[in-house]
Amino acid sequence: MSDALSDDGSDFNQDDTQEDVMTPAELIAKLEEAWLNEKFSPELLENKSEVVECVMEQLTHMESNLQRVKKGDAKASIHRMEIDRIRYVLSSYLRSRLQKIEKYFPHVLEREKSRGEGEPSLLSPEEFAFAKEYYANTESYLKAVALKRMPSNLQTVDMIKAVPEPCLDSFVFLRVKERQENILVEPETEDQRLLITVDPGDIPEIKTAQRSHQEACPSSSPFIQNKD
Amino acid sequence: MFCEKAIELIRELHRMSDGQLPAFNEDGLRQVLQEMEALYEQNQSDVNEAKSEGRAELIPSIKLRHCCLLRNQRCVTAYLYDRLLRIRALRWEYGSVLPANVRFHMCAEELQWFSQYKKSLASFMRSLGGDEGLDITQDMKPPKSLYIEVRCLKDHGEFEIDDGTVILLKKNSQHFLPRWKCELLIRQGVLEHVVS
Repeated sequence: MSDALSDDGSDFNQDDTQEDVMTPAELIAKLEEAWLNEKFSPELLENKSEVVECVMEQLTHMESNLQRVKKGDAKASIHRMEIDRIRYVLSSYLRSRLQKIEKYFPHVLEREKSRGEGEPSLLSPEEFAFAKEYYANTESYLKAVALKRMPSNLQTVDMIKAVPEPCLDSFVFLRVKERQENILVEPETEDQRLLITVDPGDIPEIKTAQRSHQEACPSSSPFIQNKD
Repeated sequence: MFCEKAIELIRELHRMSDGQLPAFNEDGLRQVLQEMEALYEQNQSDVNEAKSEGRAELIPSIKLRHCCLLRNQRCVTAYLYDRLLRIRALRWEYGSVLPANVRFHMCAEELQWFSQYKKSLASFMRSLGGDEGLDITQDMKPPKSLYIEVRCLKDHGEFEIDDGTVILLKKNSQHFLPRWKCELLIRQGVLEHVVS
């Protein structure tokens, strides 16, 4: 996937390296990782808007390069296909985020509200705007159709209680990227404490809630990835 | 029995499998709301009586009515919310203009919700990346090939593809078109993907 991106005989490689050292291949790998993680995790993960932005830029660039290619060139259709594939991954990634935002909108907004000062937001500004609009829209709809015609003590619905939360106890498969010792796997009972050590290539199965906890440790941030 | 009307609303949606949207049951909703009003009035007068005359034996029936009220509220909101989810799915399937027979099944407030949802989604997609944004309702399936063979199911008129060629989409005609151009038309039922 990456070759087709970089050998286009264009200047966008140099553009990129000025800002940060990331080749198009690495960028696409990042996008794919974010995509897989997002797709297989039950809850919303933090936003990767820089990656999305870079990929969008990349796509526009490739499109404009394609305009210059002669008609009927075999290379053009390969690049066209490449663009389509990248655009699919990107759309699918954004779609699955939007679906989760719609599904869990009160919880997503609640989390955003209770977020501390320096903490990064889970939502990109656009997603936040979308979530807020979705909430307001749905609430005013329910009010207009039914709630305002109900007895006075029943005119509100607690959205947090009414809309189901993401199930953090579901299991996910992981692929280990870096060796990590003594990971505490939550015991079923009090006296059953299990410490495991993971090596690269292992594929343990862990509850999502615990994985999030481990990702939160600064020492081990990039070491685990949802398995495809 | 209390709450039966509300359950009937839920059942009605449940019977419609695979996300179909039945007609908005205005009548059923009104009946549930009437029942709630009656329950509430009875409760009011019983509460007053229990307070002023100290009749504690009224309390269980007050509680029962209150539970029924809560259940009715819950069922009604579930009915409405589930319909919203179905309407949302329609936006992703048909694009931003709904077919008339679907619109016919929606109430005025639902149409309003839909147009607001449409707007939010559109401004989200516009804000992505560069100046044009990205239509994420396209590319629903991983691309397998650039061009696909399609057959026209109805007359659609002229259709321009990226390189400027204009083709006439006539019923029963067959074309070899770029996939990304005809995805929406396939979902709308204008074209059919011919798998040979």
